[in-house]
Amino acid sequence: MFEAFDAIVLARAQFAFTVSFHFIFPSFSIGLASYLAVLEGLWLWTGRQIYLDLFKYWLKIFALAFGMGVVSGIVMAYQFGTNWAAFSDKAGPVIGPLMAYEVLTAFFLEAGFLGVMLFGMNRVGRTLHFVATLAVAVGTFISAFWILSANSWMQTPTGFAMNAGGQFVPVDWLAVIFNPSFPYRLVHTVFGAYLTTALVVGAVGAWHLLRERTNDGARVMFSMAMGMITVVAPLQILAGDQHGLNTLEHQPVKVMAMEGHFQSYPDGAPLILFGWPDKAAAKTLYAVEIPKASSLILKHSLDAPLKGLDSVDRKEWPPVAIVFWAFRIMVGMGMLMLALAAFSLLARVRGRLYEWPLLHRFALVMGPAGFVAVIAGWVTTEVGRQPYTVHGLLRTADSASRLDAPAVAASLLAFVVVYFVVFGAGVFYILKLMSHPPHRGEQGPSRGEPVRAGGLTPSPVVAEQLATGREA
Amino acid sequence: MPFALDLPVIFAFIIAFAIFAYVVMDGFDLGIGILFMAIPAGRERDSAMNSIAPVWDGNETWLVLGGGGLLAAFPLAYGMILSALYAPIIAMLLALVFRGVAFEFRWRDPAHRAFWDAAFSIGSVVATLAQGITLGGLLQGVAVANREYAGGWFDWLSPFSVLVGVSLVVGYALLGATWLIMKSEGTLQDRCYGLALRLGIAVIVAMAAVSAWTPYLREAYWLRWFAWPQVLFTAQVPLLVVITSAVFFFSLRRRHHYTPFLMTLGLFTLGLLGLGISLYPYVVPPSVSIWDAAAPNVSLKFMLPGVLVMVPIILAYTGYSYWVFRGKTGHEGYH
Ligand code: HDD
Ligand code: HEM
Ligand code: HEM
Repeated sequence: MFEAFDAIVLARAQFAFTVSFHFIFPSFSIGLASYLAVLEGLWLWTGRQIYLDLFKYWLKIFALAFGMGVVSGIVMAYQFGTNWAAFSDKAGPVIGPLMAYEVLTAFFLEAGFLGVMLFGMNRVGRTLHFVATLAVAVGTFISAFWILSANSWMQTPTGFAMNAGGQFVPVDWLAVIFNPSFPYRLVHTVFGAYLTTALVVGAVGAWHLLRERTNDGARVMFSMAMGMITVVAPLQILAGDQHGLNTLEHQPVKVMAMEGHFQSYPDGAPLILFGWPDKAAAKTLYAVEIPKASSLILKHSLDAPLKGLDSVDRKEWPPVAIVFWAFRIMVGMGMLMLALAAFSLLARVRGRLYEWPLLHRFALVMGPAGFVAVIAGWVTTEVGRQPYTVHGLLRTADSASRLDAPAVAASLLAFVVVYFVVFGAGVFYILKLMSHPPHRGEQGPSRGEPVRAGGLTPSPVVAEQLATGREA
Repeated sequence: MPFALDLPVIFAFIIAFAIFAYVVMDGFDLGIGILFMAIPAGRERDSAMNSIAPVWDGNETWLVLGGGGLLAAFPLAYGMILSALYAPIIAMLLALVFRGVAFEFRWRDPAHRAFWDAAFSIGSVVATLAQGITLGGLLQGVAVANREYAGGWFDWLSPFSVLVGVSLVVGYALLGATWLIMKSEGTLQDRCYGLALRLGIAVIVAMAAVSAWTPYLREAYWLRWFAWPQVLFTAQVPLLVVITSAVFFFSLRRRHHYTPFLMTLGLFTLGLLGLGISLYPYVVPPSVSIWDAAAPNVSLKFMLPGVLVMVPIILAYTGYSYWVFRGKTGHEGYH
């Protein structure tokens, strides 16, 4: 019994670790793929060399991030079976087809055109190369669509029935795919990815501006990134607010944990800004609160009643402190992003976007903020769903594989070590690439005829001459 | 029930196809990893790497389709197989992490290129070994009870599963060597002709050993291969293996560029066919058949059009991408 319990905790830790690590890469590569498509599009349209220089600069970084996303993702595709065999058996008929569609419509598209995007510069013409870049960008979005649909279904399951074997059987696929929380989660996560990318691009731009104010590449990328943040940060906060209202409707217990509301408030709930939720005492200690503000945000009325965790059985409570704090970290990051957006707007209006070191320093330290927010958001979402994997229907404890604790412990340790070594090195290489300013005068795919038709046996010497001309 | 409407059977074939596609495609690029240390560092290694860099991600995606498809179509089997073969699966995943990142990392860090080359090579060997062990462990049977895996966590380890693991390493290495014969010229190609000859012999021996052993694992396999009258059909498989091998060795001697690779593909096709003959209709031998494990028909029906529409499209653009990178590989790249 004790053994089984341990194995479940370890399996959860392993899943949380691997998926959080995985998501770091998509949250960056989804946005970066789109950014690359925009840069290449601008280059084709305006013919300005600077866009090509930036495209080549970010392409190398993209290749690294994408590669790490792929290998950590393949791990995820198998984690459902290794660690959650019972979940796979029961929820597989619903989740499986969604993930199969993801593979068929997204992963192959990304992977199939990635090669052309990275290596095909001299083998296909400009238009086809641009098509490949677009295909990769669209692929990352389609991938987010399906996997978020699957995840949202676990949060707000609809469109299914149960069969005698205890399996979830889909009845209405549209209701399964477009389950109630899916549109909110899709918008919020994709905006999150765009913000994450824009913050990184902005930080790199800011770094090079601090060293060399006149670097054109740094200027263009900084301006583009700040523009993106100015538009998306407010939208993201709006989307998050709507998402919260949706969660209140479908997963009220999660919202109670996010708000730290252990008691019910019949006439207006306070907004607890900070505090320490103590699950055992069923109280949020040291609470700093704004009276009635929570009712105002969630119900749009100061005196609206709000239920607290005391209205449900303790067995239904998620780990409150984690949810509470993860949520605050995310919202805090969102507010800082808004501040950066406002600052950069001010600088732009005053014509000092490239000459305001304080702004550049702020943008630089905000570089990792997107990753922090995105992971904190997922922790809120997923831990807030506990103790269920399929909300209200399938408990996490009934989802696990029948594994021995030592086996899971050993593999968890292996994952931790390997991920830190391998992805640590990868992040280091990415930072190293970012520390160089963008090159000027990069070469792009040729107009019309490809340089190398690539007949059956073209000589490598030609290719080599081309390659050495471009070696970084 | 008419055969055409038996969705579990259709999906068994679809997944078998995904596995087949995976084995032949990722097979040659894992194979290059296996041979990597036998190729001198420098230009030869770089061009070996460049010959697969644009396509490896697509190749590996078939593994995701195999896994994802299994979850979708045979969720029960997916959970059972992965928890029964936990250790080799985790080892495979970790090994794939190492080899996957090496494609980029070796260019980004010339000072540690030797390290990432080793990671690429060892990762490829371990991933392949683990895949073979997984297959062997599955073939020898998995203990199940109450819709769950019921064995211990080292059940998969046996002389047979290790034999299958080693055989797969040799097999992928042969795919890699013959792929390079096709994609390279000069010294690298010469080297690969030499490797292919030795590996070809090893593959024939390995295939013979595994085939001879399998029927003794379970009576069901024995009957499947040797019962009258289907032996008339099953006997064609070894016969075809003999013919294919003969053409293979002949083409090596005549230094053909494409035939050795095509014949190796032929050998793999026959090997997988033999595997299918042994296993069908079980996904988790000895007790769980494809009908026991299948997802409800609504799930399968929802996926079928997707598979029928998307797989040809995928094959078309995958083909296009191979076409773009056709011919001998040089030292090009965007690095
Ligand atoms: C919102 C987006 C998102 C989320 C929540 C996830 N992923 Fe992911 N995943 C992607 C977005 C993405 C991507 C953008 O499509 C990636 C990242 C980099 C890449 O190569 O593709 C990817 C890669 C990727 C791959 C490799 C694909 C290939 O071979 O090219 C697999 C198998 C998975 N993921 C599986 C999963 C699973 C099982 C998840 C859930 C537990 C998951 N991903 C969460
Ligand atoms: C990439 C974004 C994601 C992140 C960062 C993430 C994070 C997490 C975390 C931190 C947990 C642990 C919660 C706990 O145990 O208290 C968890 C649990 C879980 N998540 Fe996610 N998740 C993500 C996406 C998904 C998706 C897309 C799915 C399914 C399609 C999924 C399925 C699950 C399942 C089955 C569990 C239950 C196991 C458990 O409790 O640990 N997750 N996730
Ligand atoms: C500042 C205002 C914000 C609010 C009010 C907000 C609100 C929310 C809420 C309520 C959830 C949980 C939904 C649920 O599980 O039911 C959530 C999740 C999430 N948030 Fe935020 N958020 C904000 C900012 C951000 C920012 C700036 C980012 C990233 C750049 C972000 C990324 C995420 C992600 C990735 C998730 C998990 C996926 C999901 O459930 O949508 N959020 N957010």
